[in-house]
Amino acid sequence: MGERLDRAARLIEQSAVQNSATGGRASGPFHPLRAVNRKFHGRRRLGVGSLLGVPLGWMLFVYVGSLLLLVLSSLYRLHPKQSKPTGEITASNLVSAFKFWDPDVWPIVWVFFRTTGVALLVTAICFLIALPVAFFVSKVAPRWLRRGLIVALLMPLWAGYLVKGYAWRAMVSPAGGRFAAAGRGDGGFLESVFGWTPGFGRAAIVIALVYLWLPYMILPIYAGLDRLPPSLLDAASDLGAKPFRTFRSVILPMLLPSVAAGSIFTFSLTLGDYIVPQIVNNGEERFMFGTIINATLGAPNQPLAAAYTLWPLIIIILYLLAMKRAGAFDNL
Amino acid sequence: MSSTNTPAIQLVGLRKVFGSGDHEVVAVDSVDLSIAEGEFFSLLGPSGSGKTTVLRLVAGFESPTAGAVLLSGRDVTQRPPYDRDVNTVFQDYALFPHMSVVQNVEYGLKVKGVSRSERRQRAMTALENVRLGAFSRRKPSQLSGGQRQRVALARALVNRPKVLLLDEPLGALDLKLREEMQVELKAIQRDVGITFVFVTHDQGEALSMSNRVAVFNHGRIEQVGTPREIYDHPQTAFVAGFVGTSNLLSAALSGQLLGIATPHSIRPERLRLVESTGDASAAGEISVAATVSDLQYLGADSRVRVVLEDGSHLLASVPSDRLVGVAIGGSVRLAWSQHAAVAVVDSDQLQGENK
Repeated sequence: MGERLDRAARLIEQSAVQNSATGGRASGPFHPLRAVNRKFHGRRRLGVGSLLGVPLGWMLFVYVGSLLLLVLSSLYRLHPKQSKPTGEITASNLVSAFKFWDPDVWPIVWVFFRTTGVALLVTAICFLIALPVAFFVSKVAPRWLRRGLIVALLMPLWAGYLVKGYAWRAMVSPAGGRFAAAGRGDGGFLESVFGWTPGFGRAAIVIALVYLWLPYMILPIYAGLDRLPPSLLDAASDLGAKPFRTFRSVILPMLLPSVAAGSIFTFSLTLGDYIVPQIVNNGEERFMFGTIINATLGAPNQPLAAAYTLWPLIIIILYLLAMKRAGAFDNL
Repeated sequence: MSSTNTPAIQLVGLRKVFGSGDHEVVAVDSVDLSIAEGEFFSLLGPSGSGKTTVLRLVAGFESPTAGAVLLSGRDVTQRPPYDRDVNTVFQDYALFPHMSVVQNVEYGLKVKGVSRSERRQRAMTALENVRLGAFSRRKPSQLSGGQRQRVALARALVNRPKVLLLDEPLGALDLKLREEMQVELKAIQRDVGITFVFVTHDQGEALSMSNRVAVFNHGRIEQVGTPREIYDHPQTAFVAGFVGTSNLLSAALSGQLLGIATPHSIRPERLRLVESTGDASAAGEISVAATVSDLQYLGADSRVRVVLEDGSHLLASVPSDRLVGVAIGGSVRLAWSQHAAVAVVDSDQLQGENK
């Protein structure tokens, strides 16, 4: 990262030198920015600062600021009658959100574990599907097909999140469902075409989430495979390794950073999602942890809801640290 | 040289075509070659001449469009690389970046199921043989280019293959290191006694290291022979021009100067400058009057470029102390012994000189 900044700074410096070279020529045409160019000439910090200042400031303000607000708002005491936060600071929301010894909290802990489990399951399934797909696109498919496949993989990202959620509702809807397609039977697409559907519920939730986040796993793995020098595969084979051995001992370890990077997307996006799970759910309440936060917010108990958001936040920070160890950020 | 009569490598009618239809590229065309056991054999040619493809066909990374590859008399044409008793040193070394140096070297033994203690010991011995014993725990990225090259060599040699294939292994090294590695490679080959097949585009490298050389052009072998045969008796105009520097005389000029109307090649160092006034040249010598068009001083020797009366150019390499009185635009007389001119087959290009 530091190296990148350095390189960027050097490029800026070069262009500044060029600018001043053209801008400083007495016979050159009038340029309204000449004075600005002169100010920037040779001042690397000023150049980098003015380029990065605005986006970095925005990131700090929006991202870190909102996280800070979240923590702050969990510290206000709820007004007992008006259900509004008062100006009074208290730790009681945090205590009740993290009171694991209280049997009343256990169901919430259970939902949280289940959500984390779903996130891990979705990540694992995405990995198992993404690996052969990315391998085919990167190493097997001929060039003309490769381009088409990459477009096909990116295409779902252009469709709206809710559109995809409801599309899956229409897919898995069981016989007698609201989204029954015209034609055979009165079930959804799967029911009427294949005569079978998992129906609404947990299986549909996992399927829909895998579909939603799969491209985020395929793309980093594809990029990782693309970076893999073909001579390494030749070398393994030359040294006596059969294809599976080559895959296990050379390809997989070298892809680990890419897989870790992809899993950050699939894991964190699943952990925070509760809307599509509701769309394809069978009415089971509080399946994903997000519904609990949402319900608490609507109670209304904003400070407690804010305290609950710290649970997934902590898990995601731990996950990011683990993936950093796996090298997910080495290629940044 | 060979312990048995069966060659280590036999290539029979080997052909490799990439692409299809309009984009068809013939990389290797009807190559027949026999390499004896224990030989240091070089495949020499310009880039795109098919030499690396031949190496990859021997290793098994490519399968031929037609023809066969025999290792020690056994047809391995349809066998995958992991089923062939050859090992390769790659141009980019192809070291596994996620493994330490010693893990790289012992990889082949590990795959073959050699016990942990034995393979570690053999890998360490192989590393010490290339003077890298102290670097065994490092990652390849922590080594210099020359060190990585030696790790790649140790990783291939530790498997004791019958044949070692080297794909331009010195190409990425700087000149000094390259010369050191040339000597070292040759010494290692003498020590282990296995067949080396060495791909290079550097004619000096091929001449100085090899027992025999095959010169490639456009996917075909132009000539196979010892370095001396290749240099002194090039059979084609291409070989004469690619290996060393050569004066190529067209059929017409040969007829005029030598009395034989087929193309010939003469090395610049075989041309001598004689007094332009003295017309008496020694017996069996041929001489011709010329005008100096350019002079290049190179230290011990100088290059003299001359124009003959019919407008064709010749290049002579002469000791610098013989240049007294020679100047650009001046008249000189060139002489050479009759057998210095070698008849060559007319290749696709024929100019006064090459390179």
